[in-house]
Amino acid sequence: MPSDGKFIGRSVPRLEDRPLLLGQGRFAADVSFPGQLHMRVVRSPIAHGRLIAVDTEAARARPGVHAVWTAADVADIPPIDFRLTRVAGLEPYRQHALASGRVRYVGDPVAVIFAEDPYLAEDAAEAVELEIEALPPILDAEAAPGEFLPGHSTEPVVIRKGYGDVDAAFRVASAIVELDLEIGRHSGVPLETRGAIARYDAARDVLEMHGAAKVPHWNRDQLARMLGREPASVQLYEGHVGGGFGVRGELYPEDVLACAAALRLRRPVKWVEDRRENLLACNHSRQQRHHIRAAVDAAGRILAIDDRFVTDQGGYVRTHGATVTDLAAAMLPGPYRVPAYRAAGHIRLTNKTPCGTYRAPGRFESTFVRERLMDAIAAKVGIDAIEVRRRNLISSQQMPYAVGLDTLGTTVVYDSGDYARLLDKALAGFGTNAREQVRARRARGERVGIGIAMFVEKSGLGPFDGVRITVDPSGAVEVVTGAASVGQGVETVIAQICAETLGVDYARVRVIHGQTDRIEKGLGAFASRVTVMTGEATRRAAVALRDKALAAAAELMQTPAASLAIVDGEIRRQDGSGPSMQLGAVAASLAKASPEGLTADGWFEFSHMVYPYGMHVVQLRVDAETGGVTVERYLVAYDIGRAVNPALVEGQIVGGVAQGIGGALLEEFLYDENGEPLSVTFADYLMPTAREQPRVEVIISEDAPSPLNPLGLKGAGEGGANAVGAAIAAAIDDALGMPGAITQLPVSPQRLKALLAKQR
Amino acid sequence: MSDKVAITLTINGRDHAIAVEPRRTLADAIREDCGQTGTHIGCEHGVCGACTVIVNGEPVRSCLMFAAQAAGKKIRTVEGLANGDELHPLQRAFMDHHGLQCGFCTPGFLMLAAGVLEREPDISDDDLLDVLSSNLCRCTGYQNIIKAVRAAAKEMRAK
Repeated sequence: MPSDGKFIGRSVPRLEDRPLLLGQGRFAADVSFPGQLHMRVVRSPIAHGRLIAVDTEAARARPGVHAVWTAADVADIPPIDFRLTRVAGLEPYRQHALASGRVRYVGDPVAVIFAEDPYLAEDAAEAVELEIEALPPILDAEAAPGEFLPGHSTEPVVIRKGYGDVDAAFRVASAIVELDLEIGRHSGVPLETRGAIARYDAARDVLEMHGAAKVPHWNRDQLARMLGREPASVQLYEGHVGGGFGVRGELYPEDVLACAAALRLRRPVKWVEDRRENLLACNHSRQQRHHIRAAVDAAGRILAIDDRFVTDQGGYVRTHGATVTDLAAAMLPGPYRVPAYRAAGHIRLTNKTPCGTYRAPGRFESTFVRERLMDAIAAKVGIDAIEVRRRNLISSQQMPYAVGLDTLGTTVVYDSGDYARLLDKALAGFGTNAREQVRARRARGERVGIGIAMFVEKSGLGPFDGVRITVDPSGAVEVVTGAASVGQGVETVIAQICAETLGVDYARVRVIHGQTDRIEKGLGAFASRVTVMTGEATRRAAVALRDKALAAAAELMQTPAASLAIVDGEIRRQDGSGPSMQLGAVAASLAKASPEGLTADGWFEFSHMVYPYGMHVVQLRVDAETGGVTVERYLVAYDIGRAVNPALVEGQIVGGVAQGIGGALLEEFLYDENGEPLSVTFADYLMPTAREQPRVEVIISEDAPSPLNPLGLKGAGEGGANAVGAAIAAAIDDALGMPGAITQLPVSPQRLKALLAKQR
Repeated sequence: MSDKVAITLTINGRDHAIAVEPRRTLADAIREDCGQTGTHIGCEHGVCGACTVIVNGEPVRSCLMFAAQAAGKKIRTVEGLANGDELHPLQRAFMDHHGLQCGFCTPGFLMLAAGVLEREPDISDDDLLDVLSSNLCRCTGYQNIIKAVRAAAKEMRAK
């Protein structure tokens, strides 16, 4: 285990907290400009239909209305492009800022109101009259593909991945296990809804958008392209962000509309989504159905896996392109040796809200499928759930392990890991007698069970990240990064890495993120990348800055640089003797000597990913009367190579578990037979509260630092959510004494009652 | 709906004379008319509790109350929790126990907990859990919020 430093490895308090606790946060809705107009989107109430006419006359006549736009007003703006996983054939399925010709989901934007007041804008939106000829909605992605547009089917592409001779393995298998599994439609649902405040500043000829998040630089470049401006004349600003989880900060139609309006109406335009809109219009995720088969030998060792699955993509293909389907296919093999593998992921358009990524995208799904498969293999060959995993785990001697697949433009090569050791740690942490106790309770009639699930995560997506560190004459340190913060503690973690490397107090480090006018490039915050990519770039910049400071100080102090060190912001001889000098004084001296002063850049280019891994163990109780599930205990063991701030890592894991429990037991976007969404309030889309959440025990493991960066970092953001569906399904099977009973998430009380009825 | 009525909202001891439509929610009035943006709006249908403020000593969802209904009453928001530079025990406990990540739900949890602990300083752990389950957080999984509120309750009792 790496030794803790002065800051790295320590649970220091967050730098972010104070303003947030005092009510001084600056979230999107908190941003206002004088003279601003308020934007309200008029959305299709019909899931699928021909949009014949949009009558805006009555709306225009309403008090306070400044302008009303339909698709004709923004016909010159191209559709929103793909940020990730662009696959040929997806282009015709992109979404425009406003729909024309067809509406494709309830919530599809068809017109937009700009008014002096948000209440008046909402009144006017109700006065817009839509003429829509309803068409039969496509709601079942499993059904044969239909027509999206003439010449374009609702199945634009099939993502195929694989290696080895799958058919040969099935011919020689001693047993074949086959499952049909379904994952429901969930989403990240941050507590802060989306918002965009756009303003054109004629003095600088700059279009500004406030309320940016996640990927401000990419969005800046796209907005510039779509609105016909130079990238340098469009700037995005991230304030506080009320949760991301994959959905927030992607480029959406509303962002484009607000920016276009600010340019064309020459008034600041403020848009803040309401919760109903958020549940209708912000990306959904997860919904997949898998038909998976495994060929195994007599000992339960996997010979081959063959998986065919369907992703319910919703009405359009948004910025993520084929990402979720691609990741599900690439990450499905997980921590096991799979000698031959074939996956076919069918992307199918339906008349529901479009889908994108949500924390552990493709992995919450594929971990559920793979771990259900492992449990089924165990049942088939008559061994227990732990033994079947032990027999199939990739061993630490096999690391680095090339899976033979690729995703997100990189080959999947597990960089380091000791999966069997983590399994032992997790089981020991949960208590060796836990299974005995549960069996005893079951014998007394309680429906209580334990489930386990293992997984490999991915993190640290490149291809690059950079930071610039500057020390000013007062000794204050500023780190400017193109990363973003969605509330996960970026400022603190980056300050810790900078402080450790440079030799200053972390509280003196100011971290600037999400401001496109402060750094030319940046990739933002997604794919658990920031601590790895921005962290290593920060370390490099801090090393360069330290060398520069010491070289300058060596001259000023008449001492060889090699005998100097920076300690608590002071440059001293390493042996402690003689004079010392403040870092700020060196900065002041350098500022006189050169225009750039005491500053250094650090760039980290990286074409692979790093792969943390983990295990979930859950104990739960089923109430046969209500179909309710009470989670009694939850343990996550997660190896992330090196934890920069263990308290924050634990926070990520526990929060991820809560979202996973939501997806496993409570949360689901449901539609009626006409495609009318049924989950449009928090009374219908049920997220866990403090009552549903168990105490989560967390084992942060550091057995396998990444060999691919000097600090050994791997990302920690998604492992808490990854395996919850899988572990809970296994535990419910165990509680009911019905192996393989759970084939669908979420396990709602209704579904559980139906299963119990079968049992009686 | 454009007839405005003149009301005075008393927020954290300060009077704000404003003119609002009868339909204007207390949350919007606090934020937009009185400029106190620490109170957040998370759902506008009374489920998430991000907009919780204290009205005459009781935690209230300010999205479910009209501004006009709060006229003349004592409103407390997150901005009034600290005493100058000195954080309220709840604020300090949230910091010490990592009880916040994005911080959006935090003002609502702080006001919910403050209101309840002032009225019922000896509330049992289980009852406190019931109270806290009335607000939503999407980041923390609640564990550290519960820890923080319990720690602050203990400290507030000792005072």
